[in-house]
Amino acid sequence: MGQLIADGILTGAVLSLGAIGVTLTLGILRFANFSHSELVTWGGYFALTFIAFAGTSAETFGPLSFGWSFVGAIIIAGIATAGLALLVDALVFSRLRKRRAAEMTLVFASFGVALLLRHIIVLIFGPHAVYYTGTLQFAVEVLPGVRVMPDQILVLVLTLLFVLGLHLTLKFSRLGIAMRASAESPDLARVHGVDVRVVIRWTWAIGGGLAAAAGVFYGLTVQLRPEIGFALLLPLFTAALLGGSGSVYGAVIGGLIIGLSESLSVLIIPTGYKQAVPFLILLLILYLRPRGLFGDVAK
Amino acid sequence: MMGYVSYLSFFLTLALIYGIATMGLNMQWGFTGLFNAGVVGFFAIGGYAYAIVIGPDRPDLVGGFELPFVIGLLGALAFSALAALIVGLATMRLRSHYLAISTFGIALTIQLVALNFESLTAGNLGLIGLGRPLEDAFDTPLGFNLFYLGLMVVATLVVYGALQLILHSPWGRVLRAIREDEEAAISLGKNVSRFRLEAFVIGCSLMGLAGAFYVGSIGYISPFDFLPIVTFQIWTMLILGGSGNNRGAILGAIVVWGVWTSSGWLISTVLPPAWQVRGAASQVILIGLILVLTLLYRPRGLIGERVTVSSGAKLNDR
Repeated sequence: MGQLIADGILTGAVLSLGAIGVTLTLGILRFANFSHSELVTWGGYFALTFIAFAGTSAETFGPLSFGWSFVGAIIIAGIATAGLALLVDALVFSRLRKRRAAEMTLVFASFGVALLLRHIIVLIFGPHAVYYTGTLQFAVEVLPGVRVMPDQILVLVLTLLFVLGLHLTLKFSRLGIAMRASAESPDLARVHGVDVRVVIRWTWAIGGGLAAAAGVFYGLTVQLRPEIGFALLLPLFTAALLGGSGSVYGAVIGGLIIGLSESLSVLIIPTGYKQAVPFLILLLILYLRPRGLFGDVAK
Repeated sequence: MMGYVSYLSFFLTLALIYGIATMGLNMQWGFTGLFNAGVVGFFAIGGYAYAIVIGPDRPDLVGGFELPFVIGLLGALAFSALAALIVGLATMRLRSHYLAISTFGIALTIQLVALNFESLTAGNLGLIGLGRPLEDAFDTPLGFNLFYLGLMVVATLVVYGALQLILHSPWGRVLRAIREDEEAAISLGKNVSRFRLEAFVIGCSLMGLAGAFYVGSIGYISPFDFLPIVTFQIWTMLILGGSGNNRGAILGAIVVWGVWTSSGWLISTVLPPAWQVRGAASQVILIGLILVLTLLYRPRGLIGERVTVSSGAKLNDR
């Protein structure tokens, strides 16, 4: 039980990072981006590519399974994934926005983009699961009966730092205020001199960067596979909708709830159905509280 | 020579089956603007419902009622409609992306049930030896293939005719009114979520029907026939053919299925075994490219919806 809760929190941390990007695109760009979870996969593979070129450092940080090259890998993956998100926007989504295409056309295009992104990964890296390092790690007992890897603790700490950083940015920086204003009302924001194009670019960059972090953390604590994005799609959206679309804190809480319920579900249902848990939660939200926990718009 | 005819008739049979599913999707997206991201889920429900209704009795499995073909089709229609109701009732009042995500979720769940609920679906082994309608009446596979192709031509025509009839009725006009301007439709006193739900359920039952025809043509069912890629294929068929036009839906189904099978054949003959997986990936990339490029450069598809303007209105920059 304790172990399941610990595992759930760790999964939830990764989901939170991905769900933040989903909720930002829902709130600011106003469409459900089905290709967002593919950015998570790409982030993981960008880091893998960097490590392949830079080599794994011989020295590792204390009990962790990696050294300095991995720090570089996280940063490069974040930048590259943000770049990829901007590229996709320039090639597909911004064109559709310019044409004033309906919201659902954008959703739909994101479906096609997801398909392309996922299979380009297979084309380049092949279909097999890969790992960042071959280093074996011993789990440490943090509480009686609860064992976690040192890497997992680091992932949790870094996730908290990223969320805190984003919180401070949104709350106090000019960019953050402009982002919140655009989410509330793009037209009013524009009237007040907010350049919505800049806001949109930063939304992609932040969403992409956090997705990359999620991908690297997933790769570090589980493994890297081309289907990560596909497997995460439903949990990420459920987390974002559970939290309330547009709400960053909602996405974090939503991610944790989904992570915990997936993990604890094995107590009552066969493991084979674990992936269906987010869908059941989604149906419950839609029937009971469609605006989510922290959302304010009813529709 | 006979081999080619046999293969061609099998190819066309499958293309028409996908065409029926594409017309179902057209009802939802093309006429009502509903985004169904789980087409394959309803296709699978239809297939499994059919297989369980008509299949031979198996002592260790639930189902296998050995009922006639037509009852199997009715079962497929009923169960896919039921699944559509569960998702539809939850989402029709909400913003449209909720439907997209829920349908994606139900397709995933159905795949899990197909894989894990072994006493009903036999898990990843699938149900085999289902028998095909009137199979014994034909001496050669070619005879059966031609018969089934004829059956699919009739089914396609019936579905097409019925859809044209209801889509050009007042009911169908309300659907298009909702798609074009929801608020205007509400202000005219139309119960928008009810119309949407009806269109959604009818569309999903057609996908279920297509699933039953699919299983009927091959005589077995396995979860690996219902991978998420099927959803993308059917979407690409609709968008390439021309959303909002049922003839476009059928045309798109034939073209895209042709591209898919011929590229698959090319990959399996040209590439060495070690490259097969990557080849399969590029096959999907090809479909994805068709989808996105059509959306960007020819949103109307090959034959799009006919522009309808009420008499008396002026035609400007159309």
